[in-house]
Amino acid sequence: MLKIILRHASLLILTLFVLSFFSFSLAYLFPGDPLVNLTGIRGSSEQEYALLAEQYAMHSSFIVQYWQYVMHLFSGNWGLSFSSGLPLAEEISRSLAASVELSAYALIFSFLIGLPLGFLSGLRHHKFTDFTLLTASVIGYSIPVFWAALIAILIFSIQLGWFPLSGRISLLYDVPFETGFILIDILLSDLPDKEFAFQDALRHLVLPSVSIAIVTCTIVLRITRRSIVEVMSSEYIQAAYARGLSPRQVFLRHGVKNALIPILPLLVMQFTTLLTNAMIVETIFSWPGIGNGLIQAIYQRDFPAIRAGMLAVSALVLTFTITIDMVIQIFDPAGRRPENATS
Amino acid sequence: MLVSQQHASCFIPVTVILTVMLTLMGCSPENTHYQQPNGIIYCSEGNPASFNPQLDTSGTTVDVSSHQIYDRLLDFDLITGEIIPGLASSWITSTDGLTYTFQLRKNIVFHSTSYFAPTRTFDADDVIFSFNRWRDKNHPYHEVSGGRYPYINSVGLGDLISDIKRINRYRVEITLVRPESSFLANLATDFSIILSAEYADQLAKADTPELIDTHPIGTGPFKFNSFRQDRYVRFDAHPLYWRERSTTEQLIFDITPSSSLRLAKLMTGECDSMAFPTHSQLDIIRKRKELTLDEKPGLNVGFWAFNTAKAPFDNPEVRRALAMAIDKNALMEAIYFGSAIPATSIIPPSSWAFQPDTRSSTYNPLGAAKLLRENGVEEGFSMTIWAMPVERAYNPNAMKMAELMQRYLRDVGIDANIVSYEWSTFRARLNQGLHDSVLIGWSADNGDPDNFFRPLLTCSAIDSGTNRARWCSKEYDKLIDQALTYTNQEDRAYFYSKAIEMINDEMPLMPIAHAFRYQAYRDNLTGIEINPYGGIQFRNVSKP
Repeated sequence: MLKIILRHASLLILTLFVLSFFSFSLAYLFPGDPLVNLTGIRGSSEQEYALLAEQYAMHSSFIVQYWQYVMHLFSGNWGLSFSSGLPLAEEISRSLAASVELSAYALIFSFLIGLPLGFLSGLRHHKFTDFTLLTASVIGYSIPVFWAALIAILIFSIQLGWFPLSGRISLLYDVPFETGFILIDILLSDLPDKEFAFQDALRHLVLPSVSIAIVTCTIVLRITRRSIVEVMSSEYIQAAYARGLSPRQVFLRHGVKNALIPILPLLVMQFTTLLTNAMIVETIFSWPGIGNGLIQAIYQRDFPAIRAGMLAVSALVLTFTITIDMVIQIFDPAGRRPENATS
Repeated sequence: MLVSQQHASCFIPVTVILTVMLTLMGCSPENTHYQQPNGIIYCSEGNPASFNPQLDTSGTTVDVSSHQIYDRLLDFDLITGEIIPGLASSWITSTDGLTYTFQLRKNIVFHSTSYFAPTRTFDADDVIFSFNRWRDKNHPYHEVSGGRYPYINSVGLGDLISDIKRINRYRVEITLVRPESSFLANLATDFSIILSAEYADQLAKADTPELIDTHPIGTGPFKFNSFRQDRYVRFDAHPLYWRERSTTEQLIFDITPSSSLRLAKLMTGECDSMAFPTHSQLDIIRKRKELTLDEKPGLNVGFWAFNTAKAPFDNPEVRRALAMAIDKNALMEAIYFGSAIPATSIIPPSSWAFQPDTRSSTYNPLGAAKLLRENGVEEGFSMTIWAMPVERAYNPNAMKMAELMQRYLRDVGIDANIVSYEWSTFRARLNQGLHDSVLIGWSADNGDPDNFFRPLLTCSAIDSGTNRARWCSKEYDKLIDQALTYTNQEDRAYFYSKAIEMINDEMPLMPIAHAFRYQAYRDNLTGIEINPYGGIQFRNVSKP
């Protein structure tokens, strides 16, 4: 087990270094003064500039500069945003939290819908229900996320007026920042009308999380279906029937557990797909997340924000993927690893 | 056997979906509406550059600050355009027109916020501080936040005032260098706001003077709460405001640069009112029964300015030829959708200085091409048209207009390239004079015609960044100055008609259109009134 942990940890550290090196070299690759791109401080006086250059070891070799950069990253100094002039570490952790929150709810949503439908489809293997669900899932899988989001806005916001189309909560509620997760922050806050604020935040969540969940939902459905088909045709299920158990007992006692265990890691891995889709959907729903932030940064040529934002997102995805992989290997020594990690 | 299986597994998703749908339908807007906190959300078009309109003439900055955070000594009556008392309850003008004495109101309280608690009420010191900041180049606050006061410099207010004296705590005396009839009107504009001297002292002691423009303190109906770039500006009601006002507790500017998104938010009720509906959206707004659209003729002009500091645009013949190459009437339909009238001069018809019989350039591509060739502008000459990236009433879609003009210019053998940047960069580069020509415009800040002639084309307005043509004529400046020495409208109109003639001969800019102003809002909003003299006002606006 120690070996597995060590192997994954070294992989993680190495990749993170490559990533940070790439993000550092961006400061040189972007147009303009590398020091300005690193710090985000423009129009500083000569003394200030000299001081900054010293802090970032701009007169030393490239490697020393990189090392200084990493030190600054670890001490939480990620530079300032060009457009807002605020520290990026805070800006990014806020928006990253918003993205993670959205993806998490979307993941829960796709499990709530995808898993039961997958069971149903697997149990009715090659029957009408199965084919209908498969067709639906192919359609759902092929719909571009941003298109689904726009259609959802058109129908449910503008035509029917059921759900709001932008942001996390009505701006009339001033929810203080604690964890960055809006629902938790509302519960922690001392707003006088907490339950309404909570309801409002939920209504804001529906459309974005559903539009992201559509794709993941179909993936979950298909993975679950295949696993159920495999398990239900295995010998121990036949044996269970032979022992005289009812179909419901067979399914609940033997089917569900055995079908879920091998695919659980695969399902959790959908989180990274979700995060990618979330970043697209955020811009449509003006969700104040990292995807929206990055698009704005690109649009405004905010080089420090692009650099730090990319590093933060890729580091998060990487850490998540490697950790899950490690956990799987620790708990599944037989090495029944999923053949297809991202589907 | 399989039937029961199906029931078992079908049950879960159906219940989930039903529960989710029912829960969410239960909280549709009709049910939650009255439970929302009391406040107004205004979907605005961009980030303010600061919260001090002294520093910026951009409509975005003015809208967010002038009438929300601050008050002025004088105000305009929105209906009649008359100058009415503001923080000054009355004023006396000396017989020679050089000295103005203002009696200030008592017991006017400044905002108390998380960063400032006032210990005294508004008095003469605040007036002197606010004016000296832009007037006196040695004032400790003059250079704070850049030291540029574009509006005040463009109308020459700083040089006009020779002295400001405190007579007693509630009386201020302002002496002018020469009598000027637009002086009082300038004090009532969005830019002549009153800051808190006590707050400035406190900031100076803490060595953070620049906070005066980012964390503002004023006497206005709303006090600043917070600002997040690209997201929102949040205001709370100022509970001790001196005038009558609505009971609205919060005012929020929801920063939404895309106009279609602003309209969508207005439709769903996420905004109560929106900034700058585009002209193609007007019909949609009129058709929705829950939305209202108000309209008023605007005091504005959209124009195409040539950079007269650059060859060949320094040649009036070339400029006239270029103006002849464009069909203005086609632009009216394509860009303004009929919600503007073609401009014959920089003065809109609603102003008393308007000359109905002004002859303007007519569309004549052949003549234009001939005139260009005669003046050495050959076939294939290449120039830039800078198109502003934001919508304004006077030009709702500069980019599309530039594209149309590109086609007209191709007909006369000119290759036009369209240039655009993000709004603040755009203006910064315009100030450096990097453009060949630019599509931009002007909205008046007061009803006085001087407010068109002076900021747009006088020499001193080049440095303050409102003279986009960078045109400087001593003769023109003299006409504009002379007009101000008379108080009689007919006398002044004589000089202005001369000035208009001169502009049409020299053609430093081609006037395109005077647009109507629109305000779109939801029906349940009351008290909203279009301000023809500048920024939006929320003092009397309320929502049941």
